[in-house]
Amino acid sequence: MLGYRRTYRGSLFASFIQPALFLTAIGIGLGGYVNRGSGVDGVPYHVFLAPGLLAGGAMQAAAFESTFPILASIRWIKSYLAMLASPIGVHDIVTGQLAWFALRITMVATIFVTITTLLGASHVPGILVAIPAVVLMGMAFAAPIAAFSATRVNVEGFNALFRFVINPLFLFSGAFFPVSQLPALLQPVAFATPIYHGVELSRGIALGTMTLAGAVPHVLVLLAYVVGGTAACLVTFRRRLVT
Amino acid sequence: MLRYHARPMAQVADDPSAPLIHARGLTKRFGSFTAVDAIDFDVARGEAFGFLGPNGAGKTSTMRMIGCVSPRTGGELRVLGMDPDTRGPAIRARIGVVPQEDWLDQEMTARDNLVIYGRYFDLPWGEARRRAADLLEFVQLTDRADSKVEPLSGGMKRRLSVARSLINEPSLMLLDEPTTGLDPQARHLVWDRLYRLKQRGTTLVLTTHYMDEAEQLCDRLVVMDKAKIVAEGSPRDLIARHSSREVVELRFPTEVADTLDGRLDGILDGITERIERLPDRVLVYADDGEAASAAVHAGGLQPESVLVRRSTLEDVFLRLTGRSLIE
Repeated sequence: MLGYRRTYRGSLFASFIQPALFLTAIGIGLGGYVNRGSGVDGVPYHVFLAPGLLAGGAMQAAAFESTFPILASIRWIKSYLAMLASPIGVHDIVTGQLAWFALRITMVATIFVTITTLLGASHVPGILVAIPAVVLMGMAFAAPIAAFSATRVNVEGFNALFRFVINPLFLFSGAFFPVSQLPALLQPVAFATPIYHGVELSRGIALGTMTLAGAVPHVLVLLAYVVGGTAACLVTFRRRLVT
Repeated sequence: MLRYHARPMAQVADDPSAPLIHARGLTKRFGSFTAVDAIDFDVARGEAFGFLGPNGAGKTSTMRMIGCVSPRTGGELRVLGMDPDTRGPAIRARIGVVPQEDWLDQEMTARDNLVIYGRYFDLPWGEARRRAADLLEFVQLTDRADSKVEPLSGGMKRRLSVARSLINEPSLMLLDEPTTGLDPQARHLVWDRLYRLKQRGTTLVLTTHYMDEAEQLCDRLVVMDKAKIVAEGSPRDLIARHSSREVVELRFPTEVADTLDGRLDGILDGITERIERLPDRVLVYADDGEAASAAVHAGGLQPESVLVRRSTLEDVFLRLTGRSLIE
């Protein structure tokens, strides 16, 4: 199915620049002030920040890929309609689309890891093992968001999604500071989101503090999002495309 | 992943007299709206079959059901001998679809559009590339093969859509308004290619609201109006059945036109089958147009202009579906 996806010329440039900017500006620049330069949990702030940004960047890539391009394939380019005129069915379309998400998030994560390693903010091989974890987290966003996108007729919902869901999650779900700093009321909200679990996994693996037993609950929550989102995709894609 | 090739298509291939499409009581409803209301038709192998009708008559809904992308609400439908509800992928593997709006990938080259589409049909890369080259030649786009789609003209895009729909060497082609929006040169080129396909034995099913297109391409057609089939036959049959051999178009000065009521009917009694008054002219349906025209003059009427012409499908169409605008 992968071979059937159209050839995207992803904005590789943006994938490179964004994390480098964040990491140098906030991680190294601002990080110097965090605990007077002694960092968080015994590691320098930029080393603490890197796996969090990795997860945050994967979430943003996942959210982008699962919104505008989906609506384009339904309404503007209509590539799904072209596919449905061939033996390919809705099931295959959903499978191919999810496979593309996974590939795209892997690309973004790999680029990010390359940058942070070059900047000395992460350690190989720990950060490499974190890549599959953030890809899983990305899919936990992409699958349900794609299901939502298939119900949209215009992009207004997407703007709200980015403004009121994705950006707050990026800022408050543990990427920049531990969730324990949040007001007690907001902590359960953070626990319910995929990004929290993605950050925990990513940081735990990258810093070598994650145990297998500690990882399992995070993985299960993310898997539940992926499975639920995929099932929702099958329903909403079919409802939209087969009328 | 694509399993459809394993199953033989024998049930159709063995019986060349069996209709390629068979529909009885075919119905499509969207909620309380009935888009297609219990229509019956058969399309024979090698035939060019047209659905004619105004916008909203149910042509596209019918095409989508045949193309196995829209489940029928009721009735019976067999395409290539198979039921679209259960054998959709197997049917789609053998049909080619040219949609009303082009579904081309604007950012890919013309050639890649064809090759990638071939991959959807599980063609090996090499075979897909070979067919793409042949098809680009067939639609006269070889010199634009490596151009992206976006800058191509409307006519080129439509030809590319036709080429793409042929990548699986379909035995049945579904064309939804294949030349709507094209200039005359582009239309004739598309017609010419479709005619060649027909000569090669490809069955064509098309929708159109262009009468000249139907007359050019269709061996047989049905006229649809308000979700139903209102007439069926070859273009010539339909004209013979629903119109006269010739039509005389008369224009009168306004002051005369207002006094015509009843006079024409008296003058033309026995010569004409039917007289239709339009705001700007009068249509006289007659087997001998010259005789009708002469009778008008003999009756003392002086039309500003007289045009005697053969009856066309357009006369049939307007007779059957009415002249009022359908919005």
